[in-house]
Amino acid sequence: MLGLPSDIWVPIQLTIELAAITTLSLLVVATPLAWWLARSRAAWKEGVAAIVSLPIVLPPTVLGFYLLILLGPDGPGGAIASLWGARTLAFTFTGLVIGSIVSSMPFVVQPIRNAFAAIGDRPLEVAATLRASPRRAFWTVALPLASPGLLTGAVLGFAHTVGEFGVVLMIGGNIPGRTRVMSTAIFDFVETMRWRDANMLAGGMVVFAFAVILSMILLEKRIARARA
Amino acid sequence: MKLTVLIAALGVLLASFAAPAGAGQTHVAVAANFTEPAKEIAALFNQKTGHEAVLTFGASGAFFTQITHGAPFEVFLSADSERPKAAVDGGFALADSLFTYAIGKLVLWSRVIDVTDGEAALKAGQFQKLSIANPVAAPYGTAAVEAMKALGVYDALQPKIVQGNSIAQAFQFVDTRNAEVGFVALSQLYGVTAGTRWEVPQTLYSPIRQDAVLLKTGADNEASKAFLDFLKGPEARAIIERFGYALN
Repeated sequence: MLGLPSDIWVPIQLTIELAAITTLSLLVVATPLAWWLARSRAAWKEGVAAIVSLPIVLPPTVLGFYLLILLGPDGPGGAIASLWGARTLAFTFTGLVIGSIVSSMPFVVQPIRNAFAAIGDRPLEVAATLRASPRRAFWTVALPLASPGLLTGAVLGFAHTVGEFGVVLMIGGNIPGRTRVMSTAIFDFVETMRWRDANMLAGGMVVFAFAVILSMILLEKRIARARA
Repeated sequence: MKLTVLIAALGVLLASFAAPAGAGQTHVAVAANFTEPAKEIAALFNQKTGHEAVLTFGASGAFFTQITHGAPFEVFLSADSERPKAAVDGGFALADSLFTYAIGKLVLWSRVIDVTDGEAALKAGQFQKLSIANPVAAPYGTAAVEAMKALGVYDALQPKIVQGNSIAQAFQFVDTRNAEVGFVALSQLYGVTAGTRWEVPQTLYSPIRQDAVLLKTGADNEASKAFLDFLKGPEARAIIERFGYALN
């Protein structure tokens, strides 16, 4: 497709697939978590918030190392894999999705939490006086009001997953079509002196990152204007 | 005020790291499989000459790319003979400094199944993942593929192959038992008693000649030249042999 050799095209396809599945899973997991972090009065919630944010600070090698152990035959990943007769979740697409969810989580939770917090109590109190149940108020009031935050979270989560390298390198095993994504393919091309191919993929990444950041800035501007 | 104290403390700390006057320093790029012997050799080198060898470990392919882009290494201990030669051809290294410092041996290793008879184990294929080093970037990976092809099992095993970025990672996949079996370097199994192993017969793969070369950046560096001389000497050779390499 597009006249590209398959060892360039397959990693691109796989990366998009990985980022899309990771982003969808993250929205499902991160939205309730962000809601709880924004609304709860529990004293220990900031502890949870700190744990979720750890991947921002930790080097990917730390995440990769622990994931390799946790996904392996001695960890919970091995137990899950044994359900279908495998021994480990490392070297699998599922393993990459799990790793990407962990490492991209803070980039999704943070903007959604901020968006929920920015709504304040008042719209929800009004909804309650109109006899909306808390669940209904969440779906019909909080979620639409927080939608710019969700969009920001989704874009950042997608972009960060596309850019993930260290974790993938450590748990992937570089299998074409399953765990060989763009970032590791670039690394391979550079190592094996295929600089033209590396340049093509890397250049594409630069354009992609620029487009993501620019659209984020424009989106934020637009939201700010709409609110004013 | 506090900041000045901190900076002063840092300065003292840095000064304590600096080498004693008169002794030189050399930066050596070391192929991952040679990590352990290189550490021993560097320690002995320091003891005997006072020079310090600062070692960096990694995949030979990555080192080559870095060297051609001006990485601050003065000596290159590759896992193969092609890259040091390419460094010479490209004008990054000195031709007369080139020599084979070790000949690597390939081993099949497992912590899950019995691979004492490796040929039978490979033909039976009773495992899900087989770990090798990246065959395009790492010579031990190339040798592993050659050996499997020579045994006629490559096509059958190919779907089970997972690649480590270097031989160190290939080892780590087997060590964490994420892969049941893997091709590693004999030197990596030095002091390792876990699992079972099969030394791959040298007839099944082309010899892994590991060459060393002095880079142009180290042409006038006494410590770099001394390190290469030391590597050729009897003390270093004894260490290299002890770790399971053959010598010229």
